[in-house]
Amino acid sequence: MKLDSAVTNSRPPQYRGTKLSTSHLSLFYGPCQALRDITLDIPERAITAIIGPSGCGKSSFLRIFNRMNDLIPGARVEGSVELDGIDIYHRSIDVVELRKRVGMVFQKPNPFPMSVFENVAFGPRRHGRVSRGELEDIVERSLREAALWEEVKDKLDQSAFDLSGGQQQRLCIARVLAVEPEVILMDEPCSALDPVATLKIEDLMRRLAEQYTIIIVTHNMQQAARASDVSAFLLMQGDICGVLVEHGPTSELFTSPKDKRTEDYITGRFG
Amino acid sequence: MRTRSELSRRISQKTAFGVLLTATIAVTAVSLFIIIHIVVRGAGIVDWDFLTQAPSQAGKAGGIFPALVGTFYLMLGTLVIALPIGVLAGIYLSEYAPKNRLTKVINLAIVNLAGVPSIVYGLFGLGVFVLMLNFGMSLLAASLTLASQALAMTITTSREALIAVPNEYRAGSLAVGATRWQTIRHVVLPQARPGIVTGAILAMSRAAGETAPILVVGAAFLMRGLPQSPFDRFMALPYHLYTVAVHIPGMPEDTKWGVALVLLAVVLSFNILATVVRLRARKQRG
Repeated sequence: MKLDSAVTNSRPPQYRGTKLSTSHLSLFYGPCQALRDITLDIPERAITAIIGPSGCGKSSFLRIFNRMNDLIPGARVEGSVELDGIDIYHRSIDVVELRKRVGMVFQKPNPFPMSVFENVAFGPRRHGRVSRGELEDIVERSLREAALWEEVKDKLDQSAFDLSGGQQQRLCIARVLAVEPEVILMDEPCSALDPVATLKIEDLMRRLAEQYTIIIVTHNMQQAARASDVSAFLLMQGDICGVLVEHGPTSELFTSPKDKRTEDYITGRFG
Repeated sequence: MRTRSELSRRISQKTAFGVLLTATIAVTAVSLFIIIHIVVRGAGIVDWDFLTQAPSQAGKAGGIFPALVGTFYLMLGTLVIALPIGVLAGIYLSEYAPKNRLTKVINLAIVNLAGVPSIVYGLFGLGVFVLMLNFGMSLLAASLTLASQALAMTITTSREALIAVPNEYRAGSLAVGATRWQTIRHVVLPQARPGIVTGAILAMSRAAGETAPILVVGAAFLMRGLPQSPFDRFMALPYHLYTVAVHIPGMPEDTKWGVALVLLAVVLSFNILATVVRLRARKQRG
């Protein structure tokens, strides 16, 4: 089953194209294989959830798309990964440019020990000369997009550490938005947050998905069911983690999974 | 049964506490005794003139001005040379060096450098800076010698301060498209700064107290004036203390203790400064 066709059937046609795709992707950390032969299309301007039990390679898979795995000594990728049809593991690819287009939000909110303003301005400052006025515009726009502006507009100069956990996570989202990415990767962005803050982030994701392609790793089944358009289920098989068992529109995958293992997992029989 | 084992547990608890407390008191008492003794014996002679006058009558009269200034010059020279190299090497070892056996050996070698007896550094300085590079017995040669010795400390403290910066900050920075160097420069280094500064201050205070190495690379027995260039010889407090304490007959007791007091004050105040920097950084981090 081809993913895009399934998506167009079940969802409004706001996302047509494929933003990212992997083809026969395998990832190795030294002698250990972390992902095996994953072929998957990620639809544009939609939320793709990657689900699966702990240690199945979800995060490793997510980090494929902004090449964060490059930082791990001995990491090696086989197969291809394309962003808008261009192989992001090709020798000519500038990883720094790639990461501007593919931003990432982490499991634990990780604002820098700087002011709220400087956190959001961090990316734009690194990417070239911007005037104070432009920076102020970028910071305000990003914070508004991250649904944080109203809460922090009077404390832009305060330390980001003074914010609550949920606010810090939205600040991290604003920090990513400030460099105007096309894709946002989220690695269990709510696992350190309370339910209210979690719902806020999910609302935010839904709104952001109108403009951005979002991939979220989560081990919270309800979250995947609530917030995502498409889901992909990863599982470990023997010594090898990261086998793609099943993927498709979230509504279908959760109501009528095709694979027995998916069914077992989403009904909570393991993991 | 139960109460008995509880009782014995309580006794061993009390004993352990007592032993630890005694050890702590003993250590504190020894340092306090040394400090108080030096202050009491030396305080009488230390005044403005003592600090600002040149010595006369082979140090029996006058002050210690050239030695005090010489020591500050040495500290400054050590800082200027050892800090940049220490930070750069620390950055390389923490951020760039591959995690392999060679790096481990290098790290181990650097840590062990700190254990090399200081007179060995002195002879190294004599051979390399004084003779080979022909800097002569001079402030420059002594600063380089002390800096070589301080490197072990500045590299190690820089490296450790950098490693202590959590990786999530690096990841956060790289993930918005910052380069590796931008990440180090704007995220990692600022957070490591207090640790690096603390190490540098401690390295300076150690340089202030070193006697053996400067003995062989240029410290002068007596000088009326200050060194006029880095190639001049110089006086320094620890060596001055050594000469007044041992080599000059008829030296007034007060003078010896006075010199010791000033040296102690210099070293201690830098150690306290280092502690303040560290505590302030910890408070800021929250």
